[in-house]
Amino acid sequence: MSDLIPSATSDEPALQSSSSEGAGATGGTASLWSDARKQLIRNPIFVISSLYILVVSSMALFPGLWTDQDPRNCIISQSRKPPQDGHPFGFNILGCDYYSHAIYGAQPSLSIAIGATVGIVLIGGTLGLLAGFYGGWVDTIISRVVDIFLSLPFLLGALVFLTVVKVQNILTITMVLVILGWTTIARVMRGAVLSAKNLDYVLAARSLGAGNLRIMLRHILPNAIAPVTVLATIALGSFVAAEATLTFLGVGLQPPEESWGIMITDHQVYFLEAPWLLIFPTTLLIGTVLSFILMGDALRDALDPKMR
Amino acid sequence: MGRYVIRRVLQFIPTVLGTMFLLHYLTSLGIQLTGNPVRALFGDRTPTPAMMAALSERLNLNDPCLTQTGNPCIGLFGERLVNIAQWDFGISLTGQREVTDIIGAALPYTIRIALIGFVFEAFVGILAGVLAGLRSGGFLDYFVKISTTLIIAVPIFVLGIVIREFVAVKFGNQLRADPNFPEIISRGFLAAGYKPDYPWASLFIPGLVLGATSLAVTARLTRTSMVENVRADYVRTARAKGLMPRRITGVHTLRNSLIPVVTSLGVDLGVLMGGAVVTETIFNVPGIGRVAAQSARTGDASVVIGIVTLAALIFLVANLLVDILYAVLDPRIRYE
Repeated sequence: MSDLIPSATSDEPALQSSSSEGAGATGGTASLWSDARKQLIRNPIFVISSLYILVVSSMALFPGLWTDQDPRNCIISQSRKPPQDGHPFGFNILGCDYYSHAIYGAQPSLSIAIGATVGIVLIGGTLGLLAGFYGGWVDTIISRVVDIFLSLPFLLGALVFLTVVKVQNILTITMVLVILGWTTIARVMRGAVLSAKNLDYVLAARSLGAGNLRIMLRHILPNAIAPVTVLATIALGSFVAAEATLTFLGVGLQPPEESWGIMITDHQVYFLEAPWLLIFPTTLLIGTVLSFILMGDALRDALDPKMR
Repeated sequence: MGRYVIRRVLQFIPTVLGTMFLLHYLTSLGIQLTGNPVRALFGDRTPTPAMMAALSERLNLNDPCLTQTGNPCIGLFGERLVNIAQWDFGISLTGQREVTDIIGAALPYTIRIALIGFVFEAFVGILAGVLAGLRSGGFLDYFVKISTTLIIAVPIFVLGIVIREFVAVKFGNQLRADPNFPEIISRGFLAAGYKPDYPWASLFIPGLVLGATSLAVTARLTRTSMVENVRADYVRTARAKGLMPRRITGVHTLRNSLIPVVTSLGVDLGVLMGGAVVTETIFNVPGIGRVAAQSARTGDASVVIGIVTLAALIFLVANLLVDILYAVLDPRIRYE
């Protein structure tokens, strides 16, 4: 699968049918979402992952809460000094405090991931909704375009765009992730809309005289949003990993910017002499990616009534 | 079957054109947004206008539409298609070499590493998936589930760096210090980079790293598919008829479970080619992936575009073949 988002962690067909069944079972008692919320709060994996994401988000939003050091205040004589009192992560190759680097590194990763996810949900969600709802030639065109975007392996497409564009900052990286990443969301959204659009309650709304827009937004969308939410959560993790990978290839963020990808890339050869230079940023990075994926998996199970 | 193949091939043509156009548009948009890539060759020096013009003309970058942001440059796209049809991918900005030469020299390495990754992925992935799926909820099932989640969560470059440093450098150095140890293992299989003396052995570890992510995906897909089929009616019928358990698993369950896996394996070729960029960079394998990454770093756009175009074409053809194979395996597809 050349999609950026590893959707094979999923049983998508089950999920799509579930969203419609959930809608059918709503019948006045607990809704799909409140049931899911109850189940998620009792799921230790989900709780731990969310706490981890909360911690990382607070690093990104308020780095001042975590450290009072300036990551760009470097003393070259301190180069690669091990962790010590006051500098829990030691010093990097240029003698900068590594702990403050790790804290400030959360921000670019998360802003790219969140920006790109919002982008793919907006673009992919809208196109998937239109394709599923209208069918016919609208569906044919959108589905063909999705096929075309999926035939370009993600990493290669990103490499081309970022090489030609030459300006590699948060904006261009987010842009390329959105351009190449919206297709997965569009496909899932289309499937969910297709399975919801001929259900009784939609036909009832139509017979009451509701217009296309109202049916799409008030009746179909709320029931098609569950699989998209799951995929978007997993996408957040994939984008954090993608940003670091692009940085590793030299077409992502560039120093003196702080990012986990840069930290790993710059210190990869010192792994054996100064392992902490690699261990700290990789732990933070993998923890973040893993948390998002586990949250997505837990959400999927909670939103699937068949799993209960 | 014949009609299905013809229809599928006819669908293939617009997809190829569309993908080529997408690549072309990404490139043109990049140039329109930030200007002529030729300037990257001069670093911080300012080239004379005459030099710029001459180089741009030679590299086919002097079309006026490349200065108009958003212009799809249809004319340029037509020229590019004709060039690709004549197997001309342009010339590199820095070395002035034909891009097809560069690709030709590098491709054998990538094919080898991708082959190792693919075999690893297919064998181990399917085996793990089948074992997990047969005893769903058992120890092996949880083991496969946890380890595949971990592999998917670890970016391939992090996995590659850690394996290179720990296994190839640290452990490998210990073995290399021992003169009695067979060299094929210490200097071949455990080499920290590509060694011309051991053209297959030294690509072994890089191949495993390359196949790791797809392996996790394959294992999960096989497991899901097995779990579904183990409960299927025809399997229950087979069991009721008193068939041997081995035959039920091997012939009835496994064969049907592998249908979606085959599709996924074909599509994985694209993942392997994308992953080759990372893996070859880590392990210093002189394949097209490393060339693409190096050219991207030096700003040699025409090499990157050429390599990515070729990779996309290979990927498209592979997808077409897989689709046809899918119809052979699953008759329902043919009569859709």
